[in-house]
Amino acid sequence: MLGQTPYQPKTWIGRWLEKRLPVISLVVDQFVSFPTPKTLNYWWTFGMVLSVMLIIQLITGIVLAMHYTPHASMAFDSIEHIMRDVQYGWLIRYMHANGASFFFLALFIHMFRCLYYGSYKAPREVLWWFGVLILLTMMTTGFTGYVLPWGQMSYWAATVITNLFSAIPEYGDEIVIWLLGGYSVDNPTLVRFYSLHYLLPMIIAALVAIHVWALHVVGSNNPTGIEPKSLDETVPFTPYATMKDIFVVAVFLLLFAWFLFFQPNYLGHPDNYIPADPLKTPPHIVPEWYFLPFYAILRAVPDKLGGVVAMFASILVLFLLPWLDWSRVRSGTFRPLFRLFFWILVADCILLGWLGAKPAEGIYVEIAQFATIYYFAHFLLVLPLLGLFDRPKRLPESITAAVATLDEKKAAAAEQAALERVMRAQDAEDRAKAGDTATAEETAKADDAAKPEPAAEAPAAGEPPGAEPAAATEDASDVQREKAAGERGSAAGAPDKKD
Amino acid sequence: MSIDTIVDSTRRDVLYLSTAVLGAAGIGLAAWPFIAQMNPDDSALALASIEVDISALEEGQSITVKWRGKPVFIRLRTAAEIAEAQSVDTADLMDPLARNPNVAADAEATDGNRSAAGNEALLVLIGICTHLGCVPIGEAGDYGGWFCPCHGSHYDTSGRIRKGPAPENLYIPPFSVVSETTIKIG
Repeated sequence: MLGQTPYQPKTWIGRWLEKRLPVISLVVDQFVSFPTPKTLNYWWTFGMVLSVMLIIQLITGIVLAMHYTPHASMAFDSIEHIMRDVQYGWLIRYMHANGASFFFLALFIHMFRCLYYGSYKAPREVLWWFGVLILLTMMTTGFTGYVLPWGQMSYWAATVITNLFSAIPEYGDEIVIWLLGGYSVDNPTLVRFYSLHYLLPMIIAALVAIHVWALHVVGSNNPTGIEPKSLDETVPFTPYATMKDIFVVAVFLLLFAWFLFFQPNYLGHPDNYIPADPLKTPPHIVPEWYFLPFYAILRAVPDKLGGVVAMFASILVLFLLPWLDWSRVRSGTFRPLFRLFFWILVADCILLGWLGAKPAEGIYVEIAQFATIYYFAHFLLVLPLLGLFDRPKRLPESITAAVATLDEKKAAAAEQAALERVMRAQDAEDRAKAGDTATAEETAKADDAAKPEPAAEAPAAGEPPGAEPAAATEDASDVQREKAAGERGSAAGAPDKKD
Repeated sequence: MSIDTIVDSTRRDVLYLSTAVLGAAGIGLAAWPFIAQMNPDDSALALASIEVDISALEEGQSITVKWRGKPVFIRLRTAAEIAEAQSVDTADLMDPLARNPNVAADAEATDGNRSAAGNEALLVLIGICTHLGCVPIGEAGDYGGWFCPCHGSHYDTSGRIRKGPAPENLYIPPFSVVSETTIKIG
């Protein structure tokens, strides 16, 4: 990997420490001067969002553990104790519960970014695997945590999920009894889930460390999918990536705070405020929203073992992704057909999520079956075939070339805007001379409003080339519109030739 | 003299191999208690049988009792329910086995093999859906027996799976009729 400026200790104490434990140079080289591709867009900030969410979950979780009682007869009451008696307990518990949702939200965005830009492709397969492992560990952590409040949803979620293992032929029932520590979900189950819920975040933290390590060996992918060829095509991680990350973290936390303070129970289920009752299943049990697509796949298969296998396979198939999508073009930006199917997959996942929340009867089952088949077809059929049939656009030779194309477009758009401004001013002057002052004022006002548009609308890095600059304002005369259209065409046409 | 000439590599291999085998066995033995501790403890195993008074049960009524932490349905069926359960051709059933530990393990899922011996109206079932362990709702579903709200499994009036993702009939616990008014489960 290319280095910007390797850390050199300047003080005697710095040199003394460096020889014994090179921790400062590790931090400086990996998180300050670390070179990142200069074309990274906002989709690349969710790694930092995820780190922040992990830290929030760790801190709030450690605090909650100080007030929670892991026992079947006291757990539910201890949650109410946290909500009503503990100073700021309500805040910390809502942070932890909603934090889990936002952790998964950031994770899904992060993963779909990988899918769009081909970030799982060589040499980033191991990096991707550890990401999928983090997903699996997070799902286990989310599930064990959801059981701890010991409400109706907690209890029946524990029952249904542990019973997934009863589908294992021959030894299934013994395995379930072993997992539960009894013949049904009871105190031993709750206590071991509590223990695991405290252990798993540490494993997540370790997996994140390996994930970041792997990232720093191969470097970040970027919207062009082309590796940086020289230092000119990179910028130091700090301040460029750090600042962008902090900005997105702030926006993300704003959304988090809105849920936290105004809709703290929106993502939960009212049934979980009823204490666990082993003799009565709630009429409509659903998992947390982040498990819904997987739950829909489980229910879509009309066979117990088949459903369980399909649900686990829906995640395990991701491990094979680097080989299923064997196209040598990495970024979806340059693969028109791939891009279309990517968005169909996103829609399919959202559809599955919606179906997971619906009762498993009638038409919903059939739609879920269709959506499940499509989900697997995307990975096992569409992606391998796209490698054959997708006609990728010509790749820019380097990041610099890709950026130059964008710069030309920006310059052309700015020139165009300046030209339009001059022409409109001319037009207004002409009309003023003709004595129609009211119209002239209006036109001038409209001009002011229109000024910043073309520059702001210039395509951001990663957007498909060929996006047009902003259209002229509505009140421009027909003649101007025609002229503008002609010039826009030539401005947009120039970079296209380079493609 | 170089190191190669004094090392007898065959004897070294025997040492390496036996060390590895013993080491693996040792780790396995050490892991055993850590795996076994997750099984049900002695207090859970000790609660393995209960006696239930069913004297108050009228025709068409059910009670639910808790056995090993699981709900057990005890139902005194109506004549119509019995007739319906008996009229089913066993060839039409999704699960052909009786799932009743009180009769032979390969017994067919006829209503006679599912209801209590000597009292065809009495049906004793573990109230756990064989799909993923939810508690089915009584007198519901397409077959008038039980319906599981979680994933849509329908059971008939004999507790046999007829439609949906569940693979097996509702299990029957080991039980015996102690007297006219009492049954012993477990």
